[in-house]
Amino acid sequence: MFHNILSHEGKGKKAPKAIPVTLSTRIRLARNLRQFPFPGRAEVSQKRAVLNQCIEALSGIKNLNDSISVEVDDLSELDRQILVEQHLISPELSQVEEGSGIVLSPDRSCCIMINEEDHLRIQVLRPGLDFSSVWKAVDAVDSGIESAINYAYDGDLGFLTACPTNLGTGMRASVMMHLPGLVMSKNMDKVINAVNQLGIAVRGLFGEGSDANGSIFQISNQQTLGESEGAIIDRLNSTLKSLVHQENNAREKLLQDDRTKLIDKMSRAIGILKTCHLMQSSEAMDLLSLVRLATDFGMLPDKFRGLADKMFIEIQPGHVQFSAGKSIEPSSRDELRADVLRNQFARTPSLDLDS
Amino acid sequence: MKCHHCDKQATVHLTQILNGQMHKMDLCETCAQAKGVTNPENLSISSLMDKVELEVDTGEATMVCESCGTTHQDFKKGGRLGCEACYHVFRPVLDPLLDGMHAGTKHLGKVPAGSASRIKFEKSVVNLRGELNEAVEKEDFEKAAKLRDQLRDLESKTNAKA
Repeated sequence: MFHNILSHEGKGKKAPKAIPVTLSTRIRLARNLRQFPFPGRAEVSQKRAVLNQCIEALSGIKNLNDSISVEVDDLSELDRQILVEQHLISPELSQVEEGSGIVLSPDRSCCIMINEEDHLRIQVLRPGLDFSSVWKAVDAVDSGIESAINYAYDGDLGFLTACPTNLGTGMRASVMMHLPGLVMSKNMDKVINAVNQLGIAVRGLFGEGSDANGSIFQISNQQTLGESEGAIIDRLNSTLKSLVHQENNAREKLLQDDRTKLIDKMSRAIGILKTCHLMQSSEAMDLLSLVRLATDFGMLPDKFRGLADKMFIEIQPGHVQFSAGKSIEPSSRDELRADVLRNQFARTPSLDLDS
Repeated sequence: MKCHHCDKQATVHLTQILNGQMHKMDLCETCAQAKGVTNPENLSISSLMDKVELEVDTGEATMVCESCGTTHQDFKKGGRLGCEACYHVFRPVLDPLLDGMHAGTKHLGKVPAGSASRIKFEKSVVNLRGELNEAVEKEDFEKAAKLRDQLRDLESKTNAKA
């Protein structure tokens, strides 16, 4: 049954158009219930009680009508991997044993993890850059839950969380950014150092400790206490704006200084995607990154940006495995991945160099 | 003699022998209370001192959250606390950490509606109790009786809610 929601595009609102540089915006709130130990210290029976209370509270929230709620236990290995690849659950939650759950809204923009590191991890994820609507949505769900549940909260320390790094607002706001210009011009290390100074973290595609495949980075606030949500988001936003600016400058400079080399790279990427028969995911990520870049330059029709974004997720191992409909060896996974990409990019035009 | 934590006159003097070494600490009354120095039998001086000052075993056995069993050692190792009560127990070691970790040490964000009214209630109970004690000390029994009634009223209201 869960596969249905996994394979569907998500009903409801039409996805907004993909934009250059910024892939998606996410806000996550960490919350805990009073009078229960945090999940790391809880007995299975306590986790179960928390799970039931949370699901009960969530069922009363208007925007979460028709949500799907499942226990992590009931999901297959593959289901879990797919949810991780879609950034709906954390790799940590996919590893937990008994008493954890997931509540997923029908349009998949809101996903609540129950009994991950904290009792509740409420997150809203939307394409493009849009902190105000994402904050509104996550704030509404949070208040809805709080009307039915007492949160562990302290007047000085704010929302109490298992890890003190999340204290206060319990909020992690992040944006997924595509920064090939900064990577190719070898400026990324400098940028990471500079934003770290501002209390902002840069991570790879799948969060903590993951690689920056396809030049995709997660930029998020590091600090959660001592500032309001609005102030944190404002600071993050101004950093993002400056990052977008720097990325665009880097791209322009590459196009000026190394035009033929860059065009050759992007053109070859399309050639490989159209003709490949074996493809590993890391190579695919880099090729898709070049397709997105070419689209941003106006050298490919706009729809290829959305296609690249969709493929960033669908070429991940779990998704390829799922599309096969049966268990397959890693080697045939590379073959299947190549088939999918060849199919999707079969009609890609040559780069429009007059743009 | 000055207090170990602030510059006030120290009135509480602690001596403890840890791993064969004697440690002394002097605290003023306010700091002593803030650090929970009420029962000398359960007290470890190491938990009151900053890490740098104490080279010997930091007395991991001494700081335990009675509510969930998390020890100071657990916290140091995993960086995670076990429950709401841990934030009271480990506050002395937590506060200096928070300073470096965050933009500030005071929550300035969203206040949950339900918890806000609970906090307000708890504060008014504490205030009333304080006033009541004061009235009793001053032998103002008329005022004390009034305060006692108010306190009962407030407490019965929440009991009914719960």
